[in-house]
Amino acid sequence: MPTFDYAPAPESRAVVNLQPSYGLFINGEFVDGSGTAFKTINPATEESLAEVAEATTDDVDRAVKAARAAYRGVWGRMSGADRGKYLFRIARIMQERSRELAVLETLDNGKPIKESRDVDVPLAAAHFFYHAGWADKLGYAALGPDPRPLGVVGQVIPWNFPLLMLAWKIAPALACGNTVVLKPAETTPLTALLFAQICQQADLPPGVVNIVTGAGPTGQAIVDHPGIDKIAFTGSTGVGKMIARSIAGTRKRATLELGGKAANIVFDDAPLDQTIEGIVNGIFFNQGQVCCAGSRLLVQESIADDVERRLKRRLATLRVGDPMDKNTDVGAINSRRQLDRITELSAAGEAEGATRWDTDCPLPKNGFWFRPTVFTGVSQSHRIAQEEIFGPVLSVLTFRTPAEAVAKANNTPYGLSAGVWTEKGSRILWMADQLRAGVVWANTFNQFDPTSPFGGYKESGYGREGGRHGLEAYVQTGGVA
Amino acid sequence: MSPHVEVRKTYKLYIGGKFPRSESGRSYAVHAAPSRAGRPGSFLANAAAGSRKDARDAVVAARGAFPTWAGATAYNRGQVLYRVAEVMQGRAAQFADEVAAAEGLTPARARATVEAAIDRWVWYAGWSDKLAQILGGLNPVAGPYFDISAPEPTGVVAVLAPQRSSLLGLVSVVAPVVVSGNTAVVVASQDRPLPAVTLTECLATSDVPGGVVNVITGRTAEIAPWLASHRDVNAIDLAGAAGADGVVWGDLEGAAAENLKRVLRPAGNGAEAVEPDWTATPDLSRMTAFLETKTVWHPKGR
Amino acid sequence: MTVLDTAVDPAAGSTEDPAARARDLLGVSRLTDTSLTRWLHALPGVDQVGAEARAASLGTRSIKTTSKAWAIDLAISMIDLTTLEGADTPGKVRGLATRALTPDPADLTTPSPAAVCVYGDMVPFAREVLGHSGVRIAAVATAFPSGRASMPVKLADTRDAVAAGADEIDMVIDRGAFLAGHYRQVFDEIAAVKAACRRPDGTSARLKVIMETGELVTYDNVRRASWLSMLAGGDFIKTSTGKISPAATLPVTLIMLEAVRDWREVTGQQLGVKPAGGIRTSKDAIKFLVAVNEVAGPEWLDNHWFRFGASSLLNDLILQRQRLAIGAYSGSDYVPDDAPSLY
Repeated sequence: MPTFDYAPAPESRAVVNLQPSYGLFINGEFVDGSGTAFKTINPATEESLAEVAEATTDDVDRAVKAARAAYRGVWGRMSGADRGKYLFRIARIMQERSRELAVLETLDNGKPIKESRDVDVPLAAAHFFYHAGWADKLGYAALGPDPRPLGVVGQVIPWNFPLLMLAWKIAPALACGNTVVLKPAETTPLTALLFAQICQQADLPPGVVNIVTGAGPTGQAIVDHPGIDKIAFTGSTGVGKMIARSIAGTRKRATLELGGKAANIVFDDAPLDQTIEGIVNGIFFNQGQVCCAGSRLLVQESIADDVERRLKRRLATLRVGDPMDKNTDVGAINSRRQLDRITELSAAGEAEGATRWDTDCPLPKNGFWFRPTVFTGVSQSHRIAQEEIFGPVLSVLTFRTPAEAVAKANNTPYGLSAGVWTEKGSRILWMADQLRAGVVWANTFNQFDPTSPFGGYKESGYGREGGRHGLEAYVQTGGVA
Repeated sequence: MSPHVEVRKTYKLYIGGKFPRSESGRSYAVHAAPSRAGRPGSFLANAAAGSRKDARDAVVAARGAFPTWAGATAYNRGQVLYRVAEVMQGRAAQFADEVAAAEGLTPARARATVEAAIDRWVWYAGWSDKLAQILGGLNPVAGPYFDISAPEPTGVVAVLAPQRSSLLGLVSVVAPVVVSGNTAVVVASQDRPLPAVTLTECLATSDVPGGVVNVITGRTAEIAPWLASHRDVNAIDLAGAAGADGVVWGDLEGAAAENLKRVLRPAGNGAEAVEPDWTATPDLSRMTAFLETKTVWHPKGR
Repeated sequence: MTVLDTAVDPAAGSTEDPAARARDLLGVSRLTDTSLTRWLHALPGVDQVGAEARAASLGTRSIKTTSKAWAIDLAISMIDLTTLEGADTPGKVRGLATRALTPDPADLTTPSPAAVCVYGDMVPFAREVLGHSGVRIAAVATAFPSGRASMPVKLADTRDAVAAGADEIDMVIDRGAFLAGHYRQVFDEIAAVKAACRRPDGTSARLKVIMETGELVTYDNVRRASWLSMLAGGDFIKTSTGKISPAATLPVTLIMLEAVRDWREVTGQQLGVKPAGGIRTSKDAIKFLVAVNEVAGPEWLDNHWFRFGASSLLNDLILQRQRLAIGAYSGSDYVPDDAPSLY
């Protein structure tokens, strides 16, 4: 039998001009940090990419003061139309430098270049375009009378979609007239620092966007800073709770976009071939390191064997390896720590009696890798059905009736997203009503758009990002509180 | 003829559509507001001193009532809530007496307050079938998808009712919670609980399903922490933290963080909590605080 | 899904009596519009957006260097080099057949296309040139392209082409009958044409069943027509006549690849797929090969199981082949063209 091996098709990294070290971006310029600089590595190779400054409490204070000054002096009093034009500029420059952003994102994060190229970067630019248009139209957004900015916003973002999460945070904040202090994740700071250069190219007034790099303590310094009016955080539910506790009793506001354990529910009348694609996309997109990943597959028992067989056949065609190869479907896990967590939970799944299957594909020698893995025979009480694994690991459960599917889907403290696959229209609408989740994808999965609000119920956090709803988190209305 | 000896009412809790005494068997004396001159108010009644277990039972009742109430049509919820206002109107004189005694108002001011409370209830009731149209809508995504967002109730909401405004304030915090389909566990004003109990009698006689609104009377500082930390409560309104003895709203918010409750903070600056002027025209904010946005995607194909 | 769960004796894969096999597969005693409808409509639906997204994602595969060279040669070997014009003449057909024997006179390692595809009356002229070269002759039949003729005429058309030496017959289904739900009629026509493909020596011309997917419009229809064609004894399912637009799109081909994949799971029988019409560039052809590889499987990467119905595709594949060979871009002056436009 002939074999159609796809020869390596590596994206060139020449487009990226990596500096040996990066400072903090405060008040429109790069400055040294006061903390201990740390390395950011390529998780696919473990090679060091650059050294990045650590922001201390003092550095964060400088950044907040710069943001406050910019808010008072320029941005908070600028017309919406002018703010919008700056955002349009940023969006355009992101498109112009899209290749560079995509390559850098893949180097620093480990995600396949085809995802950073086709999803992360275009969506990030789209977020700026969308919100640019809102800047002078907030009065029409039904947010309440006289929408006004909050002031200085502290934003802490995760490593799974570094640039996209930055865009989700910065674009609406700026459109509404706030200034920001943003901390990228310590393992993926590089595209945020490139974004700082884009702000410079756009002539964004100094202090409107400040980027401080560091780990947990830097984030805590932002959360605790008295000059911060609002916290926007995306990350784990554990940290989200810490933030909620930290700001309790203050007048700081918060939006939290946290974990999930989404059910992807497949009925016996589903469009099967597209369903298989949806399952694969649901859990293996971005190596499963997605808060809304469809990590619990709920299959109607009558078709469970068929779905399992088709799914495994499909997974065998997934190409795991060099994220810079344009044909790679599944890239590297972002960090050793995350890999350890995935490994530990998968071992627990086996130990608790679920049946483990993986693609048995070869993995690169260096870097952090985990094969696409499927657990069958999983029940609700297994850890792998309860805890967010945040990796390419799918747990398969079965159900018999729609009501049972709903009960299992909702039987979790999370409530971020859910999937429903059936060709029966009225069942989709009924299911969508019953599911306690902020986003319900019917006959599709993992779709995102700047116009579409995203966010969870219950312990998946509060507030929405995107769409008209996302603006609510960045304005105050009515009388002065 | 000998004068009629008044038949006094026993003021009880309202849980799951029933009127139990506190499981603790406790009660506490409720007095009228002190006079202008500062003389202590007269004894009005013994109210049930609700306990943490009463609060627990109320949460169970509220959780049980949630699917049906949230799943009712918005039109139906609006009709049921409007009916509450009708029954309140029929009891206006009783409310006026109780509010006058509780808040130390003149009969005319008390009547005006009751009328405002009834009007407030009607205002909120009318929102039931309009919220989704105002707050929801189609999202024009860049792809072949039908994408729609709509508000949904958050779930079980704990409400600390205002301490001072015993009826207008109470209505102003309870109606916005339940109109969208949430169910509520309400801690009544500690010192002015009697109008709240009378309101439960209106609720019980106006087609509001049992468990949709549950009212606990007693010490706010004793009950509130259990609700703030309760994992099966989805949100908490801290309005009644203002002026409540021994209540630090920040502590309640901190406890609420354990399951990421949606928290509606009390008015005021910094750590202080003040009770707002409830006569001010409301906006949507007390309703939106207890709403989730659900977004549904579906492909558009042939 | 009930269809795939049907246990079937592999021996029933024989197409000697398609109706008997169909009754067995469907588990019915009589093959009727009703029983066929029940069976075809029990196939899983196709979500258009999802199917097109999948096709688009297969289209983003980046095939470079050695893989590209391999794929280009494979694609050339899968072409049914086609001329189907009213203006076709013996000269045009001889030229095309000659081209098939020597696709690139400058590089004799260039593989030959699988077949030339002509109208039935042109078969003898193709045979003159091709002889026993191994390049097959496919003839369109059954009142191609509309299919609007009586059954006796369609069968005569088929027998005539087979008798003239056609190795393969490309028939069209009656789209009107299919869209009207007359599945039994469509089945019977395919089965009858299949019977007409038989030669006196007992061998048969291979039958490609053209569904004219551009007229079926929905992917659900494409899937049902595919299964009906396979059930009735077609050896290949083929997208289009090339006379209707859209013709061979990648999503339509994806649906058909899924059909032959699933058919083999049910019956054990492997059948072929032929997208035809609109595939003009190497880049497009390689996208189809990626789809074959990842959807049906590598077993289909052979011209016995996959064909491109195309006329100008060969020219572009040769251009790209030369580009890889000489390390510089080639031009059309270096590619012989036996089928230039008349106009």
